[in-house]
Amino acid sequence: MGDNTSSAAVRTSLTAVPASGAQAGFTTRTVGEVVVPNPVMSARAVNVYYGDKHAIKDVSLDIGRNAVIALIGPSGCGKSTFLRSLNRMNDTIEAARITGSITLDGEDIYDRQQDVVQLRARVGMVFQKPNPFPKSIYENIAYGPRIHGLVASRADLDEIVQTSLQKAGLWEEVKDRLDHSGTSLSGGQQQRLCIARAIAVDPEVILMDEPCSALDPIATARIEDLIDELRQNYTIVIVTHNMQQAARVSQRTAYFHLGDLIEVGPTEQIFTNPGHKLTEDYITGRFG
Amino acid sequence: MPTSSVVIAILALSYAAYRLARRRSFAVVGGPQAIRKLHSLPGYHGLLAALWAALPAFAVLVLWHVLAERVIVDAVLAQLAGDGAPSGGAARDLLLNDVRNVVAGSVPFAEASAPVQAAARHWQHLDAISRIGGAIAALLVGVLGGVLVWRRITPELRARNRVERLVEINLLLCSMIAILTTVGIVVSVLYEALQFFRMVPVSEFLFGLKWSPQMAIRADQVGSSGAFGAVPLFAGTLLISAIAMSIAVPIGLFAAIYLAEYADWRVRAITKPLLEVLAGVPTVVYGFFAALTVGPLLRALGQSLGLQVASESALAAGLVMGIMIIPFVSSLADDMITAVPQSLRDGSYALGATRSETIRRVVLPAALPGIAGGVLLAVSRAIGETMIVVMAAGLSANLTANPLQAVTTVTVQIVTLLVGDQEFDSPKTLAAFALGLVLFVATLLLNIVALQIVRRYREQYE
Repeated sequence: MGDNTSSAAVRTSLTAVPASGAQAGFTTRTVGEVVVPNPVMSARAVNVYYGDKHAIKDVSLDIGRNAVIALIGPSGCGKSTFLRSLNRMNDTIEAARITGSITLDGEDIYDRQQDVVQLRARVGMVFQKPNPFPKSIYENIAYGPRIHGLVASRADLDEIVQTSLQKAGLWEEVKDRLDHSGTSLSGGQQQRLCIARAIAVDPEVILMDEPCSALDPIATARIEDLIDELRQNYTIVIVTHNMQQAARVSQRTAYFHLGDLIEVGPTEQIFTNPGHKLTEDYITGRFG
Repeated sequence: MPTSSVVIAILALSYAAYRLARRRSFAVVGGPQAIRKLHSLPGYHGLLAALWAALPAFAVLVLWHVLAERVIVDAVLAQLAGDGAPSGGAARDLLLNDVRNVVAGSVPFAEASAPVQAAARHWQHLDAISRIGGAIAALLVGVLGGVLVWRRITPELRARNRVERLVEINLLLCSMIAILTTVGIVVSVLYEALQFFRMVPVSEFLFGLKWSPQMAIRADQVGSSGAFGAVPLFAGTLLISAIAMSIAVPIGLFAAIYLAEYADWRVRAITKPLLEVLAGVPTVVYGFFAALTVGPLLRALGQSLGLQVASESALAAGLVMGIMIIPFVSSLADDMITAVPQSLRDGSYALGATRSETIRRVVLPAALPGIAGGVLLAVSRAIGETMIVVMAAGLSANLTANPLQAVTTVTVQIVTLLVGDQEFDSPKTLAAFALGLVLFVATLLLNIVALQIVRRYREQYE
């Protein structure tokens, strides 16, 4: 598949007539504004392949600071793949390959010099199904700070555990049973534990891959409130199948379709006045 | 009429019942086009008739043979008693045995005494009658069973349900056989062991420090009166098992971690089957290896270091046994590690953990209960392993913790006690059963605990 690599290189070097990326110096077929001022992360001409499958096609997108961006689209459209490429979780899949560039604060995260361990400390992730470790609640939170050597004393660690749980809105429910197993919590509590676990290493960006799809409506509402609070300090990228959820929690929305980024724009605009026929068909429920 | 022809006749009868019942099921609804009026397909009607023809017939045949043997023996004994032979005790049993040998043809007719010859002829006569009677009875019952089903065939007959029920009962009987065999083994070992404990107190056996099972068989024989303190055997077994586990657990576990977490699929595709081949090598071959290669090697090595190593050392046997158990541990541990959900690894990677941190702090702790269960199963294999220790561990019952000396194990002693001429009223022989009982109880407990742990762990992620 050498030709794919070279064609991607050609694409990145192109400075031809762009739509919205004109001033940034690249082309894109996406409708709407992919570029934002002072982004935390920016993807340029990203292609992801799983073996022969071309999962992400030439996607460019900026992730704005201290804001929530929702990635929506029908199943298999590449939104989760794009999310996983933002903290290189696709590295764990042997057949996955990526071209193009993704930067975090201006540094290319796929650069040879980039240490994936440090990258993931800065770009945390919460998964579709709550996946607490089979350890105590305390140890679940302490795991990240410990492996990154962020704490010097037990008191510091206690402090981090408490603030992380408080930020995740779980402290009041579990403060008396920190030594209980993380898996003994309810589904919604487990998911908030996973969010607290991600917060504990103090990342800049939190990626959320359908974080509420395994939860009931009440637990979902709690997580959505939490996302809104976390926006003050963190940048959040959320993949969701639930369009009401995207409308409720995000400021920007990106619509993916069969690996293409079709449209991106302010959430309100995407849901009231979409610019592309496919986006309109999807949000009005004609497919997906 | 030989039994084999009776069996063939019953099978033929059963097949005939199948064809006839099948045809009748078509007939009762008026031909194949009306097959939907039947509750069950015609084949099930046929099968039901076939089963009812064959199963009772076989049952009758087996029962007949068991009972006929007793009746014949009684009749023959009555005739012998009439000829003035001893009517009871060991002498009668011996005489009966002679008759049996003549009947079976292992002693020529001419060599037997006159009463025995007469008795043998009587036996053969009765036996011939009984065989014909048995065959007729079995076939009659078979025909009866087939006819009963044949007469009851109606469109409403729930033949399928009945056949399935019969099949289910047969499956149940088969599964009972394994359980009953275990019970039988326990009972027979227990019976002999209790006889042993009548001669040697349990406390002496379990806590005695001297094992020397030589008994004087004749009164004038020079020999010890025997000492049956089994502690040196238990200690030897534990020593060798401990050596084996200290080899097998780390190597097996690390091999499993490599295979499950690091090896790409090509390496895995070759290495995993190879490890399993290692598990298929007969233990007697490992025994050669231990006795002829590892043992002398260790002794030579010890000599060059100035150490006294017995040529049959606990170390040699333990090392080779450990190698034998490696695939067992690695395969179980590999299953347990691969059973840890990928989502836990992803969660750890997403926090910036490296692969080794993820394995050490998330995957292994999650898999640990299962791995512990697997290790316990391996221990129970090590304790029960016989061939390697028979060939490599030696016979001297030393109570020592020094792996360079020769020790002996429970299994080795069982083998030695039961090889050669035996008397079943001597504690020397019966001691083997007491040892067997201890071994059985120990491995059973280990297996129960281990399987419990493994099962509980498996439930966790399903």
